[in-house]
Amino acid sequence: MSADILGGIAYWLRRLGGGVTGSIGQLGYATRFLLSVLWHTPAAFRRLHLTLREIYFTGVLSLVIILMSGLFVGMVLSLQGYETLKRYGADEQLGILVALALVRELGPVLAGLLFASRAGSAITAEIGLMKTTEQLAAMEMMAVNPVARVIAPRFWGGVLSMPLLAALFSTFGIFGGYVVGVRLIGIDAGAFWGQMHAGVDFWPDVTNGIIKSLVFGAAVSLIAVFEGFDAKPTAEGVASATTRTVVLSSLAILALDFVMTVFMFRGANVR
Amino acid sequence: MNRSTVDLWVGIFVAIGFGAILFLALKVGNLLTLDRSPGYRIEASFDNIGGLKLRAPVKAAGVVVGRVENVRLDPKTYEALVTMRIDKQYQFSKDTIAAINTSGLLGEVYIGLDAGGDTQMLQDGDRIAKTQSAVVIEKLISQFLFDKASENPGAKAPSAPPPAGKPAEGVAK
Repeated sequence: MSADILGGIAYWLRRLGGGVTGSIGQLGYATRFLLSVLWHTPAAFRRLHLTLREIYFTGVLSLVIILMSGLFVGMVLSLQGYETLKRYGADEQLGILVALALVRELGPVLAGLLFASRAGSAITAEIGLMKTTEQLAAMEMMAVNPVARVIAPRFWGGVLSMPLLAALFSTFGIFGGYVVGVRLIGIDAGAFWGQMHAGVDFWPDVTNGIIKSLVFGAAVSLIAVFEGFDAKPTAEGVASATTRTVVLSSLAILALDFVMTVFMFRGANVR
Repeated sequence: MNRSTVDLWVGIFVAIGFGAILFLALKVGNLLTLDRSPGYRIEASFDNIGGLKLRAPVKAAGVVVGRVENVRLDPKTYEALVTMRIDKQYQFSKDTIAAINTSGLLGEVYIGLDAGGDTQMLQDGDRIAKTQSAVVIEKLISQFLFDKASENPGAKAPSAPPPAGKPAEGVAK
């Protein structure tokens, strides 16, 4: 009886320990993978067209979803912000509200989430399928390093696209906020732009947004290429790797956003 | 998709991306206004700065001429020492008065400068001699109530209950 209980406890402890060591091992593997990607970056950049091609696939082809989402998010923000600000007679401040919310948080975060589901999943599926069909192994047979030829261009394509996508998201969001706030509701255009201009600083507001989007781009791209590279070479393995990319990168974006916001705006003494 | 088409689209993407960053920097943010312009620092000490914050505007006749750069407590006099950076193109006389004002009832707190008639101008690092502290509304109300109570001492002055908050402090002020 007591041996049974002890055995049960030992079983659960062993499972817990296995889980912890497994995830630590995975973390170490991912770190070594990142170092290897960085190590092979010069070799990848020597063939720049590979990276440009990835910027095309992850950046240019994501433009439509990013721009449309930005437009609608800005419009909704303007509508909802107006309803609340009107109660305090501060509806002239709408421009500041829309711009700060977009530039600081919504631009990088929402663009990052969309980027993870639009481009990150595609990268994972592509690399996973290459692994399943043994294209990566074939490359190694031909003395072509798959990290330099396949992984690094996809990683850098994502890292470089993300800040531009986030900036475009914010810009179109502000434009959407302008359309609803000024054209539809009828706030004075001078107040809208003037308040925004006075209240938003390039440093730290805009620069911190750019830093955030760079970090998100790196996190999403790393998770995407790693999950693809690490996927079990079966149809099911590729499917679960793709799912894991979207889930993990969304969680990573939201958690990193909180941490970075704490450090960036804690002492900024916002007005 | 051949290579030159990809290059073209990437070029367009990067160009409009940098255009968006430029838009955020110049049109939305204020990269090129006031903050970048070199200025000079002046100091002023106040009994009470109220809700003054870092980067609050410094205004003269309603025009923003600088920003609050630093606020700290002088450990000897227990006064608040405010450092402001004033735009170089504006000069103020030595007898300028600095006051802490609020725009509207709930608006932002700013420092208002009233220029005097002195011919000598404030230099970098100078201190403004005459200052006017922030108005603390609670003190104002308690002082008003205390004055009201002491107007007719015959009625119930000797044992008048403290009207609000700390009336003694209001009187000492």
